[in-house]
Amino acid sequence: MTAGAVGTEHVDDAGAPDVPGTPPTRVPPRPRKPKITVGKILTFVALISVTLLFIYPFIWLLSASFKPRGEVFDNKILPETFTFDNYINVWQEAPMLLWLWNTVFVTVLAAVTVTISSALVAWGFSYFRFRGRNFLFGIVLATMMLPGAVTMIPQFLIWNNLGMVNTLTPMWAQNLFGSAFYIFLLRQFFLGLPRDLFEAARIDGANNWTIFARVAAPLTKPALIITLIFEFQAAWTDLMRPLIYLRDSDKFTVPRGLKALLDQYGFGGNWHWEIVVTASVITTVPMIILFFLGQRHFVQGIATTGTKG
Amino acid sequence: MATTSTSPGAPSDTSALRAKRISRRRNTRAALLFISPWIIGFLVFTAWPIIYSGYLSLTNYDVINDPEFIGLDNYQRMLEDPKVRLALWNTFYFTVLQVPLYVMVSLALALLLYKAGRSAGFFRTAFFLPKMTPPVAVGILLLLLFNGQNGLINTVLSWVGIDGPAWTTDPTWVKPGLILISLWSVGSSVIILLAALQNVPQELYDSARVDGANWWQQTFKITLPMISGAMFFIFIVNTIAAFQTFTEAYTAYFGAGNTTYSNDAALFYVIYLFQQGFEFLNMGYASAMAWLLFLIIMVFTALQMMLSKRFVYYEGEQR
Repeated sequence: MTAGAVGTEHVDDAGAPDVPGTPPTRVPPRPRKPKITVGKILTFVALISVTLLFIYPFIWLLSASFKPRGEVFDNKILPETFTFDNYINVWQEAPMLLWLWNTVFVTVLAAVTVTISSALVAWGFSYFRFRGRNFLFGIVLATMMLPGAVTMIPQFLIWNNLGMVNTLTPMWAQNLFGSAFYIFLLRQFFLGLPRDLFEAARIDGANNWTIFARVAAPLTKPALIITLIFEFQAAWTDLMRPLIYLRDSDKFTVPRGLKALLDQYGFGGNWHWEIVVTASVITTVPMIILFFLGQRHFVQGIATTGTKG
Repeated sequence: MATTSTSPGAPSDTSALRAKRISRRRNTRAALLFISPWIIGFLVFTAWPIIYSGYLSLTNYDVINDPEFIGLDNYQRMLEDPKVRLALWNTFYFTVLQVPLYVMVSLALALLLYKAGRSAGFFRTAFFLPKMTPPVAVGILLLLLFNGQNGLINTVLSWVGIDGPAWTTDPTWVKPGLILISLWSVGSSVIILLAALQNVPQELYDSARVDGANWWQQTFKITLPMISGAMFFIFIVNTIAAFQTFTEAYTAYFGAGNTTYSNDAALFYVIYLFQQGFEFLNMGYASAMAWLLFLIIMVFTALQMMLSKRFVYYEGEQR
């Protein structure tokens, strides 16, 4: 438990120097540090090359989305003929706006419900001491190891019996019951809070609910935000669930729609890669924005799962 | 003085004991109330599906007609199905190459970031961005960048005089292409390893340097043992994920209208399972396939756990 708290602090330190230019205090200054060495220059050359390698596909994609059909594959950074046509055509070729709306609807519901339910469950596992707690929590952890393929078909049959195949409900509704990974993550954060706080609140007359809602939850806000944005990303980018559950084009999420566009315009005889490329950009950009909004939380969340593993 | 200093947790009379018992019972009830969402969800969406999937695997079921019990026939059929063999081969090929590469690249990048010191934040952002790309878009990027005739990769290769292969159409090169593009999203593993590197106490390096240890010795005697826990975590998580790889390959090589590509080379196990279950509606057969996958993953994870006892150093173990 204490190890967890220490780990989080270290992670937080690492998360601080996100904005280049702000002086971070990551490593305590070592005495007699040489200014510029060959090793340092090599490190930076390597870093910059790898950065280019990682960023270039984005630039390629973005640039191609502004090129006319014939120039998509010319591999030039700046389009020879700059055009906005693709961004106009893509809305006419496909119900992009509807797909975006479906995705926002599913994603927001998925993220909000999983955060609330997982926080409740995590709190139940971290604050209370009761017989069978470790056994039940062991099951929570064990479910993380279970391949999705095993439960995929019966889950489909449940939703099929409820008549909800080809609706957006199966995309998010299982999140009402919490998710093992987030329960695990949030429990780690709850365990890091000092217990005295809750005892003090209890003496002041707080009941179990108010201790959770007024004391514990506000104190773990960073962890709740981590859960929210992780699930936001997971729900936004998921393809398998939409493939299984969504049949009609007007129900599609953007990734499912993008796959349909690829099948129609990428291969399948009707070559219009510029449409596919532009739709890819539209699908990806919200995730890039999400990352820049929640960068610190992403980094902290990922580092926490790693060090707790 | 003596009475006030006794701990409150040691009640001296029976009424206090009873009060404690009542409060514990109330405690249990409150706890169960908090975890009830998970209990319901577990029973409905995990426990029952596991049992039902086990039953389905012994039947012939196409959703429309009732399941027909056929014993172990599905498992028998799997042994003889050349496509199962192909899918298993493709999946092992991918996993065996992808996981070690993925861990090595993550480690190399994390070490680079660690050396970068105060500018690490900027580069870390750059390394992480691909991880935000939806896997469908990654699958599309694979088709575009690795295109044999005019893709970016082969264009760059041609500058240095290499005649690049037809990554997306030549069966020999389909899996290497998928492995290479998967390395694009090492971002989260890099972050985990960087955090682990930053948690290594500086004193260890200082005293090693005093003893005259060089960079190699420091790396192999201090750094790697100290971060072996995080490395192992990445190794296990990625092995499990690699066995279930689906979206990028499915996007690029399967789906409506896509029959021209030599997609046998990209037929991974979960893709074939998905086809059997949801395209051919052989839900019984797909369930049996799911159980085989479960078994394989369990065996591999257990093996890795056993290996980890020999190679992974956990802090506090020897204290």
